[in-house]
Amino acid sequence: MSWMDQADTRSCVLLRLGDRRYALPAEQVAELAAPSRVFRFAHHTPEIDGVILRRGRVVPVCDVAQHLSGKRLTTRRFYLIATRRHGQSMDWIAIPVSGQCELIQADLTPAGESDSPHVAGWLSHAGEVIEVLNLNALMPSSHLVAASAAGNVVPEVHAQ
Amino acid sequence: MRRAIEHKSAPVRTEQIILFRASSEIFAISSGSVQEVRSVDSLAGTPVSVTEPSLKKVRHAIRRGDKNVYVVNTAIHFGLRPSATALIFLLRKSRVALLVDAIEKMTTMTRLQALPGAFCNEERTWYRGLTVLDQNVIPVVDPAGFLTSEELQSLDAATGSGNLTGVAGTAGAELSI
Repeated sequence: MSWMDQADTRSCVLLRLGDRRYALPAEQVAELAAPSRVFRFAHHTPEIDGVILRRGRVVPVCDVAQHLSGKRLTTRRFYLIATRRHGQSMDWIAIPVSGQCELIQADLTPAGESDSPHVAGWLSHAGEVIEVLNLNALMPSSHLVAASAAGNVVPEVHAQ
Repeated sequence: MRRAIEHKSAPVRTEQIILFRASSEIFAISSGSVQEVRSVDSLAGTPVSVTEPSLKKVRHAIRRGDKNVYVVNTAIHFGLRPSATALIFLLRKSRVALLVDAIEKMTTMTRLQALPGAFCNEERTWYRGLTVLDQNVIPVVDPAGFLTSEELQSLDAATGSGNLTGVAGTAGAELSI
């Protein structure tokens, strides 16, 4: 099978985390937001730094750079607001990024068996081979933890 | 005859909440789930000592009728640094009381957002959700999330609940809600 047979042209967003660039499929990106106040409260999910308020919605902040490079981002220029769909519900996640993001069209190569779980695929752009991230492997999800309870939608609830 | 078109907006559902402080953090609890707020001082001499090594957040119980109400140190429950506590919330229809530092204020919330799915540990049982008040995000605690039925059984076994004698009553309520 040739490279072209395997490749799939997709819209992707390039994001910079420290000195490396990664990509996310564009359909998983909602917006790029300016840094805002991070609210913190007691919890036991170490991957989550806190939450931000975005358009009235509480969005958890997950510094994926720490998972990818072992180092927290020292400068947060923007939050890339990404989404994950679980059945009928949607998770919103704010990923701190250290530079501008770029929307590109690129040929995506699926990840191989030897790739890390956080790699959904690969793309080549401007002479650079870039990992396309698999958010489910980088960030926890109560939906994935409770996979046996699939279809158990986390609803938006209102005051009684 | 033409009927007048009535424009009715959906009534906003609100819920009274108490904002309280535990360690350095602010939490909210529905005021409907708090039966009494008492001063720690008002309980001097009355609590039953609890020694259950697996539940360090519970050090005392209050005898109510023929049952123990277990006092949970809220800061320890949430994994925060223990601080000087001043008040006890006796929860309605529950065998749990909460040891807290102070009440910040009572207020009303109109919207409770589900805890985002990315939170996937104990906090899912701790909180009913999150509310936004004055541009701050406040976790709203679940009164049922402080002690499981297994933990209550374990505490009953440790205190020999039902066999206690000579325990004083619960006079001295400071504030009833």
